[in-house]
Amino acid sequence: MGELRLMKGNEVLAEAAIRCGCDGYFGYPITPQSEVMETLMARQPWNETGMTVLQAESEVASINMVYGAAGSGKKVMTSSSSPGISLMAEGISYIAGAELPCLIINVQRGGPGLGTIQPSQADYFQSVKGGGHGDYKMIVLAPASVQEMNDFVALGFELAFKYRNPAMILTDGAIGQMMERVELADFKPRWTEEEIKVKSGAWATIGKAIDRERNVVTSLEMDSAKMEANNLRFQQKYKQMEEEDCRYEEIMCDDAEYILVAFGTSSRVCQKSVEIARAKGLKVGLLRPITLFPFPKKAINKLAEKAKGFLSVEMSAGQMIEDIKLAVYEAGKNTRVEHFGRMGGIIPTPGEVVEALEEKFSWEISYGVKRYY
Amino acid sequence: MELKDIIKPENLVYDKSEVQTDTIMHYCPGCSHGVVHKVIAELIGELGIQEKTVGIAPVGCAVFAYNYIDVDWQEAAHGRAPAVATGVARLNPDKFVFTYQGDGDLASIGSGEIMHACNRGENILVVFINNGIYGMTGGQMAPTTLDGMVTSTTPFGRNADLNGYPMKITELIAQLPGTSYVTRQAVHNAASVRKCKRAIKKGIQNVLDKKGTSFIEVVSTCNSGWKMTPVAANKWMEDNMFPFYPLGDLKDGVKGEPVSKN
Repeated sequence: MGELRLMKGNEVLAEAAIRCGCDGYFGYPITPQSEVMETLMARQPWNETGMTVLQAESEVASINMVYGAAGSGKKVMTSSSSPGISLMAEGISYIAGAELPCLIINVQRGGPGLGTIQPSQADYFQSVKGGGHGDYKMIVLAPASVQEMNDFVALGFELAFKYRNPAMILTDGAIGQMMERVELADFKPRWTEEEIKVKSGAWATIGKAIDRERNVVTSLEMDSAKMEANNLRFQQKYKQMEEEDCRYEEIMCDDAEYILVAFGTSSRVCQKSVEIARAKGLKVGLLRPITLFPFPKKAINKLAEKAKGFLSVEMSAGQMIEDIKLAVYEAGKNTRVEHFGRMGGIIPTPGEVVEALEEKFSWEISYGVKRYY
Repeated sequence: MELKDIIKPENLVYDKSEVQTDTIMHYCPGCSHGVVHKVIAELIGELGIQEKTVGIAPVGCAVFAYNYIDVDWQEAAHGRAPAVATGVARLNPDKFVFTYQGDGDLASIGSGEIMHACNRGENILVVFINNGIYGMTGGQMAPTTLDGMVTSTTPFGRNADLNGYPMKITELIAQLPGTSYVTRQAVHNAASVRKCKRAIKKGIQNVLDKKGTSFIEVVSTCNSGWKMTPVAANKWMEDNMFPFYPLGDLKDGVKGEPVSKN
């Protein structure tokens, strides 16, 4: 058993970074995630593990510092909240294009614009569809607890280095600010220069040795045929992510007639909704995508065979619902998919979710059969 | 005398640095970039620091700098080279990290990044090519474009009421305590090339000695953008650029000094 603590989600992100051997953090203050950098600065990891922590002049600068440091083969990260992630979009696209590993954390708040500092899940599209320019994808992990905030830092780095691709932890102000019991990971040392040379020496800017060609980290390729080949290689990588690294959790789905689909904070709410609905005699289950990209299409495909309906519960106007509909369509099914969401920083209550389910699927619930459309 | 009698090591007067690649440069004839690249490659070779050098390339004409100088490179987004260099230098304090940027990249879209990197005193060298115009995109106005100067986006000449004033960003940089050496050079004749080389050498040495940011502006020509022959462009630079951007050291001191002594 690791060390047990009562901690805020944001603080855990910082602690987990130090413990997993992260080399550097670059960030800029923004509510509701400022505790990440505050915790790091207070912990002074440079004395303990040699990790660098730097407050940048903007999110634009912090993501480009990450880009530079990641280019030298180091394990680096940044964190921000929605408006800051928009500013980073250019840099994230360059990182994906140059095929560099790094970890980006988005503790979401409501938008658009300056929006609100209250929690939201409205950056789903921005996260899973790329966010910046060009054809690229990020691995997107959606923690639903402070424990998963801890676990996904190491996992995010592992996947980022497996694919040489940016990975994102997409969480929100509720989990960032919430205190829960957490079992912290054990300390792992940072990689030595020798280890980095073995692991990333073929591409990283670690200094041109006499016996090798120079390494150039770039996303630029003026030859269209070569650029298309690069794009095809990226797409192959995203396909491999879908095949090997899709993660999800099913709660009481075995006999379920109605499936709630929710991630992060809204999935916590939906766990209670399942209990309330079951107490009322409704056979309801919960599918919780843990990776938003790759999206658990196969799980939806399978559930679509028996389920009478899916309800996508999101703290947004309905974004993930499009991926659920695509998965149902790809399975050749026409199971009904509906959405229930709150916006503006409001977290839905478990009761509201059950009411929405009863209202949207009133026909199926009354007649006890699947309705096709 | 036969050619073979002349080609002997003892008769060698000039040799291309091994750190400069054999790739044919894409720069226009008369452009200053090639000369500055050559000087940097020579210095990296002479100082024996090829294995510890990381260059950060800009967006602009010098985007392909990595094809010409044989060291590890990272290509930055437009204006972001000082932030990228910060990331590399902070996590690799024993490396020699330099950025190579034009005036559109450094003084316009990247003005924030350069100010803050210099103000933090990042241990990097910045080579800043100022030709008063955007070369790569076809000769548009830059922040450094002189008053009245014709460019493709100021076809009737730069007008301060409409376009603002030409920016002396190097003077601003010289006020920042994070810098140790701030200078303005040129490479339009043999004497100025030698002087510029001494300045860049000092900048590199400062980084190796961990003295903070060294910033070297090279006032340059863009004969294609200026629509002049290389010879006429050099003359125009001497007559118009040098009076507004006077050559010489702006700060030669130590990191931590609040302002330039000059």
